Amino acid sequence: MMNTLKDKTVLIADDDMDIITQLSLQLTKIGMKVITAETQKDAESIIEKTKPDLAIFDLMMDNRDSGFILSYKLKKKYPEVPVIIITGVTADTGMMFGLESEEQKKWIKADLYLEKGLRPEQLQMEIKKLLKI
Amino acid sequence: MATLKVLIVDDEPGIRSGIKRILSNYFVDFPFLDEEFTFELQEAGSGEDAIEIIDKNNTDIVLLDNKLPGMDGIEVLEYINKKEFDCSVMMITSYASLDLAVKATNNGAYNFVPKPFTPQELKAAMEGITKNLYLRRMTKKLNKEGKQVRFQFLSVLSHELKSPINAIEGYLRIMKDRQVGNNIDDYEVMLNRSLERISGMRTLIMDMLDLTKLESNKKALDVKKIDIVDIATLSKDTMTPMAIQKNIKIFIDSNPEHIFLLAEPEKIEIIFNNLISNAVKYNKDNGEVNCVLREENNKIKISVSDTGIGMSEEDIPKLFQEFMRIKNEKTKAISGSGLGLSILKKIVEEVFHGSISVASIPDKGTTFTIEIPKINIPL
Repeated sequence: MMNTLKDKTVLIADDDMDIITQLSLQLTKIGMKVITAETQKDAESIIEKTKPDLAIFDLMMDNRDSGFILSYKLKKKYPEVPVIIITGVTADTGMMFGLESEEQKKWIKADLYLEKGLRPEQLQMEIKKLLKI
Repeated sequence: MATLKVLIVDDEPGIRSGIKRILSNYFVDFPFLDEEFTFELQEAGSGEDAIEIIDKNNTDIVLLDNKLPGMDGIEVLEYINKKEFDCSVMMITSYASLDLAVKATNNGAYNFVPKPFTPQELKAAMEGITKNLYLRRMTKKLNKEGKQVRFQFLSVLSHELKSPINAIEGYLRIMKDRQVGNNIDDYEVMLNRSLERISGMRTLIMDMLDLTKLESNKKALDVKKIDIVDIATLSKDTMTPMAIQKNIKIFIDSNPEHIFLLAEPEKIEIIFNNLISNAVKYNKDNGEVNCVLREENNKIKISVSDTGIGMSEEDIPKLFQEFMRIKNEKTKAISGSGLGLSILKKIVEEVFHGSISVASIPDKGTTFTIEIPKINIPL
């Protein structure tokens, strides 16, 4: 079962180098190829040249809505590539971005919205679901 | 110049045209404002017509007769009140009774003008109601902005506090699950990163406390005669361990030898700690920090220069924003709360009524210059 994600390419964009380190570790361990970007700009230029199988974007980077912008740009170029937006912002700050309602899906072009601090197994499970594996 | 929309509601055409004549060339101005208010006039012969106009247009002021053919003035007033329109109502009536006055006031009428009135009486009443409307709107706007700023600050703050927690938690989980094996040495980098994130968080909390102190405690408490050269030297000593690691030398050059100021030592300390620690952090190895102190023409000038990475022209305006950190290849390994310079600016401007400026050349270095007036209090 572990081999099914093998050699899939994931683009990770997060301005927190520690989160990048941790996600890279988790995902390379299960055989995925990882490309990383620490700024929205870097991620944009990667999208120009490379088509990943999956993208994971942090919400707040250079801009407060970098994740949404990247998601929009990626989907425009590769509509079929699933996007996960991760963030540390939760309901307790009064900011919520669920993707449950149709209304929200219309303008947030991501497939899934996850909280940071997700367990590796959970993340793997979500990725498999999105990649239909 | 602003134009306020005034609706005259009276069933007598003579009264309507009379009011129109009086107000058509009239304007209200305030000594504390550059703004002048003129009036655009509309008419309604009945309460029903009035409501139709109010629903359609943004009416600012309603001059309202109580005795109207269909629905009466009080009913119009109740309607405006219920719908929470942002307008002020002045009752104009010849049948003013105490009962009516109480009812109208309860329904939010601003004032009463008894009929018949002279042009002067109407103008005076208009001035009052305009002022009231303006102040009410201004207060509302300021409250709203204040809340917004506060909310934005808190939401960014919680993001800044949660980021290190998430990072540390992630590393701890990796270690707990022994994801890279059983040898503790293989976790060295993660341990160090966790410790660094914790110290970053501590800095943020300390800066937060500084900021809170500034905000909650505007009046100076512990004002003393202090020598700012002493405080600069103290700050230099504090930053020396950090400077040694990068082989950076810190120099203080003061002329005259002592510069005295009446101030809270803590505030001056924050200024020097911020400037010198930034000059070390954003410096290159083997660099220099030059702290120049001058007193001339009743002004104290503090400038701190480094020989560091500098920054581009477009990054400079962002520097003093809360939580703004210039992010690029050169700064990514440098930790900071993103609050230091906004605190510094607050202190310089609000406590010392001074100014702060920045000059920078990428890859050459940055100079922060602070000028504060030396208030002439006998020392």
